[in-house]
Amino acid sequence: MAEVKMPKLGESVTEGTLGKWLKQVGEQVYKYEPLVEVVTDKVSAEIPSDFEGVLTAILVQENETVKVGVPIAVIEEAGSGSAQASSASPESIKSSTQIVSNGIASAPQESAMKAETGAEAVAFSQSAAPTQVRYSPAVLKLAQERGIDLSKVKGTGIAGRVTRKDVLGYTQSASMHANPSSSMQTAPTVASTMATQNTPESATVSASATQNTETTSTSIQAPDNEEWIPVSAVRKTIASRMVQSKHQAPHAWMMVEVDVTPLVRLRERHKAEFKQREGIDLTYLPFFIRSTVEALKEFPIMNSTWADDKIILKKDIHISIAVATDNALVVPVIRHADRLSILGIAGAVADLARRARSGKLTIQDVQDGTFTVNNTGAFGSILSQPIINAPQAAILSVESIVRRPIVRDDDSIAIRSMVNLCLSLDHRILDGWVAGQFLRSIKQRLEGLNESTSLY
Amino acid sequence: MTVKLYIDSIHDALQEEMRRDQGVFVVGEDVGVRGGVFRVTQGLIEEFGEMRVIDAPLAESAIVGVAIGAAAYGLKPVAEIQFADFILPAVNQIISEAAKMRYRSNNDWSCPLVVRAPYGGGVHGALYHSQSVEALFHHVPGLKVVMPATAADAKGLLLSAIRDPDPVLFFEHKALYRWVKDDVPDGDYTVPIGKARLVREGEDLTVITYGLMVHYAEEAARELEKEGVSIELLDLRTVSPLDREAILAAAKKTGKVLIVHEDNKTGGVGAEVSAIIAEEALFDLDAPIARLCGPDIPAMPFNPPQERFYMVNSEKIAQAMRKLAAF
Repeated sequence: MAEVKMPKLGESVTEGTLGKWLKQVGEQVYKYEPLVEVVTDKVSAEIPSDFEGVLTAILVQENETVKVGVPIAVIEEAGSGSAQASSASPESIKSSTQIVSNGIASAPQESAMKAETGAEAVAFSQSAAPTQVRYSPAVLKLAQERGIDLSKVKGTGIAGRVTRKDVLGYTQSASMHANPSSSMQTAPTVASTMATQNTPESATVSASATQNTETTSTSIQAPDNEEWIPVSAVRKTIASRMVQSKHQAPHAWMMVEVDVTPLVRLRERHKAEFKQREGIDLTYLPFFIRSTVEALKEFPIMNSTWADDKIILKKDIHISIAVATDNALVVPVIRHADRLSILGIAGAVADLARRARSGKLTIQDVQDGTFTVNNTGAFGSILSQPIINAPQAAILSVESIVRRPIVRDDDSIAIRSMVNLCLSLDHRILDGWVAGQFLRSIKQRLEGLNESTSLY
Repeated sequence: MTVKLYIDSIHDALQEEMRRDQGVFVVGEDVGVRGGVFRVTQGLIEEFGEMRVIDAPLAESAIVGVAIGAAAYGLKPVAEIQFADFILPAVNQIISEAAKMRYRSNNDWSCPLVVRAPYGGGVHGALYHSQSVEALFHHVPGLKVVMPATAADAKGLLLSAIRDPDPVLFFEHKALYRWVKDDVPDGDYTVPIGKARLVREGEDLTVITYGLMVHYAEEAARELEKEGVSIELLDLRTVSPLDREAILAAAKKTGKVLIVHEDNKTGGVGAEVSAIIAEEALFDLDAPIARLCGPDIPAMPFNPPQERFYMVNSEKIAQAMRKLAAF
């Protein structure tokens, strides 16, 4: 028997949420064959099997979150008869017994071990991930009856579970120090929660925790005139991160329109040759990214993060680009975009988009972004109000390029290719003045392009 | 009140009821001259004679069959099966005849029969002298199954069983015979069949059990009390019919339920108790219902280490209590 453990998917990643199991109990598994999808708050990936054999137990179910190093499956290795099993080290025997008595092993294994564990019959999972908030029926009922917000109750059960007695005790202590003090009590809690939410990991966890509380209190079955779609791990992550950003960062919004007629001409002129020479489609996005990066160099405050007692200026310019796939949104990163030519950016965009759509992004591909450029124009949009990709300070969306009649400085009317650039900014860090200058800088850079601008 | 041994209170119940009611008689292997292998019926043949204390041949089907006939005729037989393990040859009589007599005769006939049998392990009785058989009969409508844990209950429930107009199986734990003694009310008194007994009150978790395990659970509860965990302990006393009200009240009180029995786990009385709670008290549960039972192996082993492994004891119960309390 060999255990497959939750791998460490990147620096600063301490846990992962399992997505779909690609193999079922009883199925043959080859070495390096993908076993299960896993989603962290940064990336989704597939976990390959370290062993060849038969999958005998799935220890962690879909949508459950576990720490790095926790066993998630058991594989009976090929060719490992009873001889090999009995020669296993005492430690490995001990650990597998532990799984059984913890009650998380699959049925066949449990019944096989039952005769040995004997009267050891009281079984429930002790290894439930502490981040996953679950309430017992008794706790939910009491909380409803007494109007208690369970996220405020400190759990004393296994892995911090909120027990029935915790709720009863909470009611007592709450009613003991009545009105004024109780509101004072909650205030610091909220503040401290906010403070801890600076690191993306903890923020995601707490945001999803509150979400769970809300959803679990609804009823169990969909009425006939509704269809309920189960929320995937990726969707949950997106939801919690969006809520977190919108709640924490006061969003302000601005828009400028840019005359990109020269850019359109520039692209038309090089498009075919570029494709032939470089093997990549020459899109508009690299030009917008390039201009944005140059403007970020000019206004470094745009490339920063709010940290309550300070603002962290990021010296590296890593541009996040939003890529929509069929059922999710991922935001891979072009690292050191300020060091790349138009060709370099175009290559990076093409590579990231392709890998995002085929689910092949690594953790490095999605972390450390400092500013996001969102290509909403790809959907034909001419106006959008993007949500900031926390903890970044701002996000720029590039809308559709449309040909419009424009009144020029000399009072003539001309047909020009126009684009709207929309900026959502974290008003804690940025004010309209700097954001406006930043947008104007991008506008001037884009309008300054001409047919002789170098792509290399 | 007199402090009596469990075995003596059973003896006294038989003796007093035979004095009171001429219809009551005892039939079984070695119940007469020998006074029963455990000495439950000692002295009865001297007092009541061999017409009312009948030494039967080694044929359980005949013992129960004869008793059913006598009961249908209007007498009050108390049949003894020497060990509960040996009741199996009489199962056809018990289930197909005694349990169904009132039902199939549309109330014309009844079967006021008591079958007494010592059950249970922990006394080095091995395969054929240690079994718990209550689950077999628990499933059958038309039978009452009584399993007293104390001397007082043994007497009160045996008197109720003899006076009951329908068949009652009365299982006595053989380890309790000369180990347990408690205050038994003097004279004629009964304990109602189908009523559980709250042994002790607590706040943290509820233990539901019966028979010998009541005492082990009490020991464990005292141990846990030192650790700051208070246990609500319910002694079922009767496993058929179950006292649903008492079970639900005890379960709802703490939200955490541990069911303990010596009988093996699968399809045991604990399964039914658990189902009742799951059906009626889901929204009062604070933890998965837990069961601590004998392992699902065919019989009680003979050698002492394996017998200890099989038997649920107070340490195992305490361990299960701690686990549930921590949940």
